[in-house]
Amino acid sequence: MSRLEARELVIDVPGRRSGQALSFSIEPGQVWGVLGPNGAGKTTLLHTLAGLRAPRGGQVLIDGRPLAALGRRQVARLLGLVFQDRQDGFPATVRETALIGRHPWLSAWQMEGGEDLRLAEAALERLDVDHLAERLVSTLSGGERQRLAIATVLTQAPRIWLADEPTNHLDLHHQTAVMALLAEQAAEAGEGRAVMMCLHDLNLAARWCDNLLLLYPDGEACWGPRDAMLEPAALEALYGQRLATAEIDGAPVFVPVR
Amino acid sequence: MTPGARRSLWPPLAVLALLGLAALLLSVTVGSVALSLGDVWAVMLGEGSPLARTLVLDLRVPRSLSAFAVGGLLAVAGALMQVLLRNPLADPYVLGLSGGAAVGALAAMLAGLGGAVITGSAFAGAFFSTLLVFGLAHGTGSWTPSRLLLTGVVVAAGWGAVITLMLAISPAERLPGMLYWLMGDLSYSRTPWPPLALLLLICLLLMPLGRSLNVMARGPLQAAALGVNVRPLEWAIHLAASALTAMAVTTAGSIGFVGLVVPHMLRLVLGNDQRLILPACALAGGTLLVLADTLARTLIAPEQLPVGVITALLGVPTFLYLLYRSR
Repeated sequence: MSRLEARELVIDVPGRRSGQALSFSIEPGQVWGVLGPNGAGKTTLLHTLAGLRAPRGGQVLIDGRPLAALGRRQVARLLGLVFQDRQDGFPATVRETALIGRHPWLSAWQMEGGEDLRLAEAALERLDVDHLAERLVSTLSGGERQRLAIATVLTQAPRIWLADEPTNHLDLHHQTAVMALLAEQAAEAGEGRAVMMCLHDLNLAARWCDNLLLLYPDGEACWGPRDAMLEPAALEALYGQRLATAEIDGAPVFVPVR
Repeated sequence: MTPGARRSLWPPLAVLALLGLAALLLSVTVGSVALSLGDVWAVMLGEGSPLARTLVLDLRVPRSLSAFAVGGLLAVAGALMQVLLRNPLADPYVLGLSGGAAVGALAAMLAGLGGAVITGSAFAGAFFSTLLVFGLAHGTGSWTPSRLLLTGVVVAAGWGAVITLMLAISPAERLPGMLYWLMGDLSYSRTPWPPLALLLLICLLLMPLGRSLNVMARGPLQAAALGVNVRPLEWAIHLAASALTAMAVTTAGSIGFVGLVVPHMLRLVLGNDQRLILPACALAGGTLLVLADTLARTLIAPEQLPVGVITALLGVPTFLYLLYRSR
């Protein structure tokens, strides 16, 4: 069980004055959603939390220890990140791609063993891409690649999940399946994981997240439990878009109106 | 590929090693005086005629081993640069490392220095070129592989101009020795042991880094997210590629194409696991250059062709064929 904490964190968005310092803590079992318009700094926030970008100020801690003190390998064992976009370098199969998730767990001289392969296969199956295991990644559709990226992090088996628009490119069924997977990761008995994801879909956020962080384009931010944050007026201000609200299955549903 | 078989690295390496051995044997037997395998065996046992002994021990074996070492150095350097840039077009020549090494070597020769100074100067040139390309491409903000590649191409063109300038102002009696750097010729190589030792050393040093390189091939951010210390690894790759290139250039001058075509050919056949590709590059690059050099000195014997011509003539059709039928 691991806790991810931002302490007086100021993210470094190029060309923008320093916004509000963020101080929050993502506890095991919690699912956080990050909402905000394009360019508000959602990806930058996630990359900063993962230690891939230096913040302008403040620090990120895992279980009370600063990221810098942990070392990249240790961080990679604790924290996994689903990237929003991926680069295809050289040709690789789906199975090989999932297997790289085991990298932080293997010593320099170790080859991937049967257990690693089993974890990768299970992750591919969980994300419904196991039938593509031998295919080259370059031949997959956008949604299949997205599911493979999530399967790779599932193979990595981190205690903290950061996911940058995990439902990108996914059809409706797989959107729900992926959100259910992330919620299940958080809720798993005994070893609940901390999850934070950037989302563009307010309705997925309303249904699956228990805490929300709103990032405004000028660097201001607010965060808190879902029900307190889902104020239609605040959301309309966030996106500069009028919204209509309804309630379905006990959860609010937001629809943009003209 | 079955899951169990995909991780066995040794069969392809054993096949490549046997091919390399066969190429070395072939190169020792053919030439202006043909020797049988029996003659070669007799020399190895300390027997045989004085002529055969001179031919094998003093001329052909050192030259063939040099060719093997240089081919391996170039192919491994190319494979490393390609991983670093995630671009199959990267190669020590394209990125200006060879140009820097050649300028360093030529400058030492122009100053009338020789031997170890030339080697050191070539390495300094290659490393300076690395610093220049990396520093300029990095500039402010993050570098992209395409920006790095373009910077390398421009720097390489700059080195080309400097080389021409140096040739133009150098005294006539030094010209033949200097031209050798630019033609890519193994007949001047003295001892094969330094390049062979470096090749072996770098391959051993790279072995534990293989999986990290696999992850690096997926981009620096993804690599960092999976626990790789990206910056130190990038510098290690660059340093290793510089050392390999400088050694290859000081041994045999500028031989193009090996660093580009060998890793790519192997990837098409063997996949892209660096733990397999890097040692395979050392073996296959060596084999290719041994065969090319054998052709270079026998095709129009007693005249010799620059071996760079042969590598291009052998490599281009093979490469196109493999590319054409790849999955």
